[in-house]
Amino acid sequence: MVESKKNAVYSILVLLPSVILLLIFVYGFIGNSFYVSLTDWGTGAALRENPVKNFVGLKNYRELFTGAINARFRQDLINAVFYSLFLVVGTLTVGLFLAILLDKGPKGEHVLRTIFLFPMALSFIVTGTIWRWVFSPKGGVNLIPTWFGMERGKFLWLSSREQVLLFNWQNILQIIALILFVIFALVLYSGWKNKKRTQITWGAVLSGVMLFYALVLHNILPPILPYEESHGFSLATIGIIIAAVWQYSGYTMALYLAGLRGLPVAMYESAKMDGAGDLTYYFKIAIPNMWPITLSAIIIISHISLKLFALIFSMAGADNASTGHPSVLMYLVTFRANNFAIGAAISVILFLMAALFIIPYLIQSYRARR
Amino acid sequence: MSQNTLRRVSPLIYVMVLTIMVIFLVPIYMAIITALKNPAEINLATAWHLPSTPYWRSFSEALKLLLPSLQNSLVLTITGTALSALVGSINGFIFSKNRFPGSEVVFTLFLFGMFIPYQIILIPLFQLLRTIGIYGSLSGLILAHVVYGIPITTLIFRNFYDQIPDSIVESARLDGAGFFGLYGRLFLPLSVPGFVVVGIWQFTQIWNEFLWGVTLTKQSSQPVTVGLAQLAGGQAVNWNLPMAGSFLAGFPVLLIYIFLGRYFIRGLLAGSVKE
Repeated sequence: MVESKKNAVYSILVLLPSVILLLIFVYGFIGNSFYVSLTDWGTGAALRENPVKNFVGLKNYRELFTGAINARFRQDLINAVFYSLFLVVGTLTVGLFLAILLDKGPKGEHVLRTIFLFPMALSFIVTGTIWRWVFSPKGGVNLIPTWFGMERGKFLWLSSREQVLLFNWQNILQIIALILFVIFALVLYSGWKNKKRTQITWGAVLSGVMLFYALVLHNILPPILPYEESHGFSLATIGIIIAAVWQYSGYTMALYLAGLRGLPVAMYESAKMDGAGDLTYYFKIAIPNMWPITLSAIIIISHISLKLFALIFSMAGADNASTGHPSVLMYLVTFRANNFAIGAAISVILFLMAALFIIPYLIQSYRARR
Repeated sequence: MSQNTLRRVSPLIYVMVLTIMVIFLVPIYMAIITALKNPAEINLATAWHLPSTPYWRSFSEALKLLLPSLQNSLVLTITGTALSALVGSINGFIFSKNRFPGSEVVFTLFLFGMFIPYQIILIPLFQLLRTIGIYGSLSGLILAHVVYGIPITTLIFRNFYDQIPDSIVESARLDGAGFFGLYGRLFLPLSVPGFVVVGIWQFTQIWNEFLWGVTLTKQSSQPVTVGLAQLAGGQAVNWNLPMAGSFLAGFPVLLIYIFLGRYFIRGLLAGSVKE
């Protein structure tokens, strides 16, 4: 008993430095960034070490979402959503496809796995520099159509200003409400199918609220911007998305391959016995059984997609507005324009977006460990 | 599936897997041929062609430009890796074999630090380094890497020590081994594979890092990622230099990956928390 008490004391003492460091550097700093984002960082004192900061409430956030000079932030936010979406869909599809191919047992699997995974070991700066050349106007990608007898491509991969899927920023809340409506309606539907009372209630209430906002409230409330502002999917981000999918597909492949190998052989054999082909096996049996892997892959890749700073920086440059991302803007605003308060507000928004994925994930893994 | 060898693999699988492999290697091919071209030879029409004669000077020129930042990266990475591996090892030992009430909660709070986008701590970190006078020096960067490396190194070591059976620990304790005796005489000697996994992981992470490199250093303390970004970022770039530079900057981690790849993948999968 005495011995184990001594152990606990030693453990806590040895752990203490790490605990204190993380308390300051993680939790304290996050709190500090939150606080800075609510101040003006002292007017005209950007570079002073300890300016007298004035508390301004949510003004910086209001500026970012509705201020005239911060249109780039809003486009960056849209870009971030598309980066995440395409990165998740791209890496999951390519990774799953590669895993299935390797699961069929071609010779040289070790070499193939090495080739598909090596981009992950490299820095975004290294791969970004190479892809920047590949996609540059002199870099050869636009020559590929000529191999098939077509005309040389004209697309400006990293500097195009074209946008598709355009919408007006004044309608952003309406669009979000409609998306949430669809999600809650699906919750309602699945609750109705499984006859779960509480799920039906919540699904009905929430989807009703969203629909009410989108169709009625949105038209009554004053617009969040006094003028129309067009945003959309920037085509210049396609090159960066391709590079990022290239770099991270090996990772999802490794996850899925481990998953496929973990499924019992009997599952495959009984499917064969029932006359199922390979396609049926993979799509009807293997993939649904790997749902936990898919879920953690989605969380991890979404989280990686918020860390594209270095890739965007090296492929398109920090100043390129069409390929922007909040993380790049945070760098520009804070370290080039010395506007620490707005920079902190952007970092808080980025943090909240990441927290959306991290916190459920950590809670789930905490429960799994216990 | 375990009976792969028994099943015939259709040629279609080979065609598909080889096609994807070729596509995956395209950027590497482009980087090699461009690095070996005389700048005068680089133009759109012959972008895919092999160089007429290999132009090795790209590498020596790029090396000359990147040498100071390569040296910085080497010092930074080795020091940072060694320190964070030591901290992670002792922490992992505690979370695995010396649990105390609430240690799981503390561990989860540790892990949180590994998932945050580092922009959220950047401004206070920048301020703190300036206040204590190590902003712009390598020691500031090392401090950041060691502190923010604590979660992942602790996690990997914890997973590693979890594989050591509790019965061994119990019998060592019955033989009178105390906290430090148990760690120093039993766990540390057994930890070599753990140190390899953590070492490789931290080495690649610190070597590849860019955000702190570009915000917390001065010209004299730049890591190689920042050096490469500057080499490639100029307006009228001769593309052979950044391509050769990419090889130099990617070389150490590529070497590790090729020879110690399975340890790298172990660190990678540890990053997804459950093993």
